[in-house]
Amino acid sequence: MKSLDDKKYWSPYLAGALSGLVLILSVWVTGKFYGTSTTFVRAAGMVEKIFDAARVARMDYFIKEVPMIDWQWMFVIGIFIGSLIAAKTSGTFTWQAVPGMWQKRFGSSVGKRAVVAFIGGVIGMFGARLADGCPSGHGLSGSVQLAVSGFVSLICFFIGGALVARIMYKGGTR
Amino acid sequence: MNTLLYGLITGILFGFLLQRGQVLRYDKQLGALRFFDMTIVKFMLSSVLVGMAGVYFLKDFGLATLAVKPTILGGNIIGGLIFGIGWALLGYCPGTSLGALGEGRWDGLWGILGMLAGAALFAEAYPGIKKTVLTWGNFGAITLPQILGINHWLIIIPFIIGGILLFRWFEKKGL
Repeated sequence: MKSLDDKKYWSPYLAGALSGLVLILSVWVTGKFYGTSTTFVRAAGMVEKIFDAARVARMDYFIKEVPMIDWQWMFVIGIFIGSLIAAKTSGTFTWQAVPGMWQKRFGSSVGKRAVVAFIGGVIGMFGARLADGCPSGHGLSGSVQLAVSGFVSLICFFIGGALVARIMYKGGTR
Repeated sequence: MNTLLYGLITGILFGFLLQRGQVLRYDKQLGALRFFDMTIVKFMLSSVLVGMAGVYFLKDFGLATLAVKPTILGGNIIGGLIFGIGWALLGYCPGTSLGALGEGRWDGLWGILGMLAGAALFAEAYPGIKKTVLTWGNFGAITLPQILGINHWLIIIPFIIGGILLFRWFEKKGL
Protein backbone atom coordinates (compact mmCIF):
# COMPACT_ATOMS: atom_id res chain seq x y z
CA MET A 1 0.00 0.00 0.00
CA LYS A 2 1.25 3.45 -0.88
CA SER A 3 1.22 6.07 1.82
CA LEU A 4 0.23 9.67 1.14
CA ASP A 5 3.86 10.68 1.24
CA ASP A 6 4.77 8.36 -1.63
CA LYS A 7 2.48 10.16 -4.07
CA LYS A 8 4.52 13.33 -3.74
CA TYR A 9 7.60 11.52 -4.95
CA TRP A 10 8.35 9.57 -8.10
CA SER A 11 9.83 6.15 -8.44
CA PRO A 12 13.64 6.42 -8.38
CA TYR A 13 13.68 4.34 -11.57
CA LEU A 14 11.53 6.91 -13.40
CA ALA A 15 13.34 9.96 -12.03
CA GLY A 16 16.70 8.31 -12.78
CA ALA A 17 15.74 7.32 -16.31
CA LEU A 18 14.53 10.87 -17.00
CA SER A 19 17.86 12.20 -15.69
CA GLY A 20 19.52 9.91 -18.20
CA LEU A 21 17.42 11.47 -20.96
CA VAL A 22 18.36 14.97 -19.80
CA LEU A 23 22.02 13.91 -19.92
CA ILE A 24 21.62 12.62 -23.48
CA LEU A 25 20.00 15.90 -24.54
CA SER A 26 22.75 17.89 -22.87
CA VAL A 27 25.46 15.89 -24.64
CA TRP A 28 23.62 16.27 -27.94
CA VAL A 29 22.90 19.99 -27.70
CA THR A 30 25.94 21.37 -25.86
CA GLY A 31 28.37 18.44 -25.66
CA LYS A 32 28.40 18.72 -21.85
CA PHE A 33 28.39 15.80 -19.42
CA TYR A 34 27.23 16.07 -15.80
CA GLY A 35 29.86 16.95 -13.23
CA THR A 36 29.96 19.01 -10.04
CA SER A 37 33.19 18.83 -8.07
CA THR A 38 35.33 21.04 -10.36
CA THR A 39 32.91 23.86 -9.55
CA PHE A 40 33.98 23.73 -5.90
CA VAL A 41 37.57 24.32 -7.03
CA ARG A 42 36.58 27.30 -9.17
CA ALA A 43 34.42 28.72 -6.37
CA ALA A 44 37.20 28.25 -3.79
CA GLY A 45 39.57 30.04 -6.18
CA MET A 46 37.12 32.91 -6.54
CA VAL A 47 36.97 33.32 -2.76
CA GLU A 48 40.77 33.16 -2.46
CA LYS A 49 41.13 35.76 -5.21
CA ILE A 50 39.40 38.30 -2.97
CA PHE A 51 42.26 37.97 -0.49
CA ASP A 52 45.29 37.37 -2.73
CA ALA A 53 44.64 37.41 -6.47
CA ALA A 54 48.34 37.31 -7.38
CA ARG A 55 48.89 34.12 -5.42
CA VAL A 56 45.86 32.40 -7.00
CA ALA A 57 47.15 33.36 -10.46
CA ARG A 58 50.43 31.55 -9.71
CA MET A 59 48.93 28.33 -8.32
CA ASP A 60 49.15 25.29 -10.60
CA TYR A 61 45.70 23.94 -9.78
CA PHE A 62 43.98 27.27 -10.39
CA ILE A 63 45.84 27.58 -13.68
CA LYS A 64 44.42 24.16 -14.60
CA GLU A 65 40.91 24.89 -13.25
CA VAL A 66 40.56 28.64 -13.73
CA PRO A 67 38.34 30.34 -11.09
CA MET A 68 35.51 31.47 -13.36
CA ILE A 69 31.83 30.78 -13.95
CA ASP A 70 31.34 28.14 -16.64
CA TRP A 71 28.69 25.63 -17.80
CA GLN A 72 29.22 23.34 -14.81
CA TRP A 73 29.12 26.22 -12.34
CA MET A 74 25.65 27.14 -13.59
CA PHE A 75 24.67 23.45 -13.62
CA VAL A 76 25.48 23.22 -9.89
CA ILE A 77 23.46 26.37 -9.10
CA GLY A 78 20.68 24.84 -11.21
CA ILE A 79 20.59 21.71 -9.02
CA PHE A 80 19.83 23.92 -6.02
CA ILE A 81 17.08 25.82 -7.88
CA GLY A 82 15.57 22.68 -9.41
CA SER A 83 15.40 20.97 -6.04
CA LEU A 84 13.81 24.06 -4.48
CA ILE A 85 11.15 24.18 -7.24
CA ALA A 86 10.41 20.44 -6.94
CA ALA A 87 10.15 20.62 -3.14
CA LYS A 88 7.95 23.74 -3.12
CA THR A 89 5.59 22.52 -5.86
CA SER A 90 5.06 19.13 -4.21
CA GLY A 91 4.79 20.45 -0.66
CA THR A 92 7.79 18.42 0.47
CA PHE A 93 10.03 21.34 1.43
CA THR A 94 11.11 20.82 5.06
CA TRP A 95 13.61 22.73 7.15
CA GLN A 96 15.79 20.08 8.73
CA ALA A 97 19.08 20.59 10.58
CA VAL A 98 19.69 16.99 11.62
CA PRO A 99 18.68 14.00 9.47
CA GLY A 100 16.45 11.33 11.04
CA MET A 101 18.89 8.43 10.86
CA TRP A 102 21.68 10.58 12.30
CA GLN A 103 19.45 11.79 15.14
CA LYS A 104 18.54 8.25 16.18
CA ARG A 105 22.19 7.33 16.47
CA PHE A 106 24.00 10.52 17.49
CA GLY A 107 21.30 12.74 19.00
CA SER A 108 19.75 16.02 17.93
CA SER A 109 22.77 18.30 18.49
CA VAL A 110 23.05 20.66 15.52
CA GLY A 111 26.67 21.45 16.41
CA LYS A 112 27.77 17.83 16.40
CA ARG A 113 26.13 17.24 13.01
CA ALA A 114 27.68 20.47 11.66
CA VAL A 115 31.22 19.51 12.71
CA VAL A 116 31.05 16.00 11.24
CA ALA A 117 29.34 17.22 8.04
CA PHE A 118 32.00 19.92 7.58
CA ILE A 119 34.87 17.47 8.12
CA GLY A 120 33.15 15.01 5.79
CA GLY A 121 32.93 17.76 3.18
CA VAL A 122 36.64 18.58 3.47
CA ILE A 123 37.70 14.93 3.17
CA GLY A 124 35.16 14.13 0.45
CA MET A 125 36.15 17.01 -1.79
CA PHE A 126 39.87 16.35 -1.34
CA GLY A 127 39.23 12.76 -2.42
CA ALA A 128 36.99 13.78 -5.31
CA ARG A 129 39.65 16.10 -6.71
CA LEU A 130 42.33 13.45 -6.28
CA ALA A 131 40.09 10.96 -8.11
CA ASP A 132 39.29 13.70 -10.69
CA GLY A 133 35.53 13.41 -10.17
CA CYS A 134 32.59 12.68 -7.89
CA PRO A 135 29.46 10.51 -8.24
CA SER A 136 28.17 12.77 -11.03
CA GLY A 137 31.38 13.17 -13.04
CA HIS A 138 32.71 9.63 -12.56
CA GLY A 139 29.65 7.75 -11.39
CA LEU A 140 27.14 9.01 -13.95
CA SER A 141 29.07 10.59 -16.83
CA GLY A 142 32.03 8.22 -16.56
CA SER A 143 29.94 5.03 -16.45
CA VAL A 144 27.72 6.27 -19.28
CA GLN A 145 30.81 6.54 -21.48
CA LEU A 146 32.07 3.14 -20.26
CA ALA A 147 35.18 4.92 -18.96
CA VAL A 148 37.49 2.69 -16.90
CA SER A 149 38.21 5.67 -14.60
CA GLY A 150 34.46 6.02 -13.92
CA PHE A 151 33.91 2.40 -12.90
CA VAL A 152 37.10 2.18 -10.80
CA SER A 153 36.30 5.41 -8.94
CA LEU A 154 32.65 4.53 -8.41
CA ILE A 155 33.54 1.16 -6.87
CA CYS A 156 36.06 2.88 -4.57
CA PHE A 157 33.47 5.52 -3.54
CA PHE A 158 31.20 2.74 -2.34
CA ILE A 159 33.97 0.71 -0.64
CA GLY A 160 35.21 3.75 1.34
CA GLY A 161 31.66 4.87 2.13
CA ALA A 162 30.39 1.45 3.18
CA LEU A 163 33.37 0.92 5.52
CA VAL A 164 32.85 4.23 7.31
CA ALA A 165 29.05 3.81 7.43
CA ARG A 166 29.60 0.40 9.02
CA ILE A 167 31.88 1.85 11.69
CA MET A 168 29.52 4.77 12.40
CA TYR A 169 26.38 2.68 12.68
CA LYS A 170 27.81 -0.54 14.06
CA GLY A 171 25.14 -2.30 16.07
CA GLY A 172 22.65 0.46 15.30
CA THR A 173 19.13 0.05 13.98
CA ARG A 174 17.77 1.35 10.70
CA MET B 1 26.41 33.19 -22.67
CA ASN B 2 24.20 30.48 -24.15
CA THR B 3 26.48 27.85 -22.66
CA LEU B 4 25.83 29.24 -19.20
CA LEU B 5 22.08 29.27 -19.78
CA TYR B 6 22.13 25.64 -20.94
CA GLY B 7 24.12 24.76 -17.83
CA LEU B 8 21.52 26.39 -15.62
CA ILE B 9 18.57 24.71 -17.37
CA THR B 10 20.23 21.29 -17.31
CA GLY B 11 21.00 21.73 -13.61
CA ILE B 12 17.42 22.76 -12.81
CA LEU B 13 16.04 19.67 -14.57
CA PHE B 14 18.55 17.40 -12.84
CA GLY B 15 17.92 18.97 -9.42
CA PHE B 16 14.16 18.65 -9.92
CA LEU B 17 14.50 14.94 -10.73
CA LEU B 18 16.91 14.30 -7.84
CA GLN B 19 14.37 15.80 -5.45
CA ARG B 20 11.41 13.85 -6.85
CA GLY B 21 13.47 10.66 -6.74
CA GLN B 22 14.23 11.26 -3.01
CA VAL B 23 17.94 11.12 -3.67
CA LEU B 24 18.76 14.33 -1.76
CA ARG B 25 18.56 12.75 1.67
CA TYR B 26 21.15 11.73 4.18
CA ASP B 27 18.95 8.77 5.16
CA LYS B 28 18.84 7.49 1.58
CA GLN B 29 22.56 7.97 0.94
CA LEU B 30 23.51 6.20 4.17
CA GLY B 31 20.79 3.63 3.52
CA ALA B 32 22.65 2.63 0.36
CA LEU B 33 26.04 2.60 2.09
CA ARG B 34 24.51 0.37 4.78
CA PHE B 35 22.89 -1.82 2.10
CA PHE B 36 19.26 -1.66 3.15
CA ASP B 37 17.78 1.12 0.99
CA MET B 38 18.92 1.15 -2.62
CA THR B 39 16.97 4.27 -3.70
CA ILE B 40 20.06 6.18 -4.81
CA VAL B 41 21.49 3.15 -6.59
CA LYS B 42 18.20 2.66 -8.46
CA PHE B 43 18.22 6.31 -9.52
CA MET B 44 21.87 6.32 -10.50
CA LEU B 45 21.86 3.03 -12.38
CA SER B 46 18.65 3.94 -14.24
CA SER B 47 20.32 7.16 -15.42
CA VAL B 48 23.41 5.24 -16.45
CA LEU B 49 21.51 2.56 -18.40
CA VAL B 50 19.49 5.14 -20.34
CA GLY B 51 22.41 7.52 -20.76
CA MET B 52 24.78 4.80 -21.93
CA ALA B 53 22.51 3.66 -24.76
CA GLY B 54 21.66 7.23 -25.78
CA VAL B 55 25.16 8.66 -25.72
CA TYR B 56 26.68 5.76 -27.70
CA PHE B 57 23.78 5.94 -30.16
CA LEU B 58 24.56 9.65 -30.72
CA LYS B 59 28.25 8.83 -31.03
CA ASP B 60 27.59 6.13 -33.64
CA PHE B 61 25.77 8.71 -35.77
CA GLY B 62 28.50 11.32 -35.27
CA LEU B 63 26.20 13.55 -33.22
CA ALA B 64 28.27 13.57 -30.06
CA THR B 65 31.84 13.17 -28.93
CA LEU B 66 32.88 11.48 -25.71
CA ALA B 67 34.77 13.29 -22.96
CA VAL B 68 36.47 10.38 -21.20
CA LYS B 69 38.48 11.17 -18.08
CA PRO B 70 41.92 9.56 -17.92
CA THR B 71 42.35 6.44 -15.84
CA ILE B 72 45.06 7.10 -13.26
CA LEU B 73 44.81 4.22 -10.83
CA GLY B 74 46.68 6.07 -8.04
CA GLY B 75 44.26 8.99 -8.16
CA ASN B 76 41.10 7.02 -8.95
CA ILE B 77 41.61 4.39 -6.24
CA ILE B 78 43.13 6.46 -3.42
CA GLY B 79 40.99 9.51 -4.21
CA GLY B 80 37.91 7.31 -4.60
CA LEU B 81 38.41 5.68 -1.19
CA ILE B 82 39.04 9.06 0.48
CA PHE B 83 35.93 10.47 -1.19
CA GLY B 84 33.94 7.53 0.16
CA ILE B 85 35.09 8.24 3.72
CA GLY B 86 33.97 11.87 3.44
CA TRP B 87 30.73 10.89 1.71
CA ALA B 88 29.68 8.61 4.58
CA LEU B 89 30.51 11.29 7.17
CA LEU B 90 28.63 14.02 5.31
CA GLY B 91 25.84 11.90 3.83
CA TYR B 92 25.72 13.98 0.66
CA CYS B 93 27.91 14.11 -2.43
CA PRO B 94 28.90 17.45 -4.03
CA GLY B 95 25.80 17.71 -6.24
CA THR B 96 23.31 16.39 -3.71
CA SER B 97 24.54 18.76 -0.97
CA LEU B 98 23.31 21.69 -3.09
CA GLY B 99 20.07 19.85 -3.80
CA ALA B 100 19.57 19.00 -0.12
CA LEU B 101 19.89 22.67 0.76
CA GLY B 102 17.29 23.42 -1.95
CA GLU B 103 14.68 21.22 -0.25
CA GLY B 104 15.41 22.64 3.19
CA ARG B 105 17.85 20.05 4.54
CA TRP B 106 20.28 22.73 5.50
CA ASP B 107 22.90 20.47 7.07
CA GLY B 108 24.00 20.31 3.43
CA LEU B 109 25.37 23.82 3.96
CA TRP B 110 28.07 22.53 6.36
CA GLY B 111 29.05 20.08 3.68
CA ILE B 112 29.23 22.79 1.02
CA LEU B 113 31.49 24.91 3.24
CA GLY B 114 33.64 21.88 4.03
CA MET B 115 33.89 21.01 0.36
CA LEU B 116 35.03 24.53 -0.53
CA ALA B 117 37.73 24.18 2.13
CA GLY B 118 38.61 20.72 0.80
CA ALA B 119 38.97 22.09 -2.72
CA ALA B 120 41.25 24.89 -1.45
CA LEU B 121 43.31 22.33 0.47
CA PHE B 122 43.68 20.16 -2.61
CA ALA B 123 44.84 23.17 -4.65
CA GLU B 124 47.63 23.67 -2.08
CA ALA B 125 48.64 20.02 -2.19
CA TYR B 126 48.36 19.68 -5.98
CA PRO B 127 52.00 20.40 -6.98
CA GLY B 128 53.21 17.52 -4.79
CA ILE B 129 50.36 15.18 -5.70
CA LYS B 130 50.87 15.79 -9.43
CA LYS B 131 54.42 14.45 -9.18
CA THR B 132 53.51 11.41 -7.07
CA VAL B 133 50.02 9.85 -6.80
CA LEU B 134 48.88 11.17 -10.17
CA THR B 135 51.76 9.41 -11.95
CA TRP B 136 50.90 5.95 -10.51
CA GLY B 137 49.20 3.71 -13.04
CA ASN B 138 48.37 6.31 -15.67
CA PHE B 139 46.64 4.58 -18.60
CA GLY B 140 45.21 7.67 -20.27
CA ALA B 141 41.60 8.06 -21.42
CA ILE B 142 40.56 4.42 -21.81
CA THR B 143 37.13 2.82 -22.04
CA LEU B 144 35.98 -0.77 -21.43
CA PRO B 145 35.33 -1.49 -25.15
CA GLN B 146 38.84 -0.24 -25.94
CA ILE B 147 40.65 -2.43 -23.43
CA LEU B 148 38.51 -5.47 -24.25
CA GLY B 149 38.83 -4.81 -27.98
CA ILE B 150 35.12 -5.39 -28.67
CA ASN B 151 32.21 -3.33 -30.01
CA HIS B 152 30.61 -1.09 -27.36
CA TRP B 153 27.14 -2.58 -27.87
CA LEU B 154 28.51 -5.95 -26.75
CA ILE B 155 29.06 -4.29 -23.38
CA ILE B 156 26.05 -1.96 -23.29
CA ILE B 157 23.42 -4.63 -23.96
CA PRO B 158 24.66 -7.10 -21.31
CA PHE B 159 25.06 -4.14 -18.94
CA ILE B 160 21.41 -3.16 -19.42
CA ILE B 161 20.22 -6.76 -18.97
CA GLY B 162 22.37 -7.09 -15.83
CA GLY B 163 21.01 -3.79 -14.49
CA ILE B 164 17.40 -4.89 -14.98
CA LEU B 165 18.08 -8.21 -13.25
CA LEU B 166 19.66 -6.31 -10.36
CA PHE B 167 16.56 -4.07 -10.13
CA ARG B 168 14.32 -7.16 -10.01
CA TRP B 169 16.45 -8.55 -7.22
CA PHE B 170 16.24 -5.24 -5.28
CA GLU B 171 12.44 -5.32 -5.55
CA LYS B 172 12.25 -8.98 -4.54
CA LYS B 173 14.37 -8.29 -1.48
CA GLY B 174 12.57 -5.04 -0.69
CA LEU B 175 15.77 -3.03 -0.80
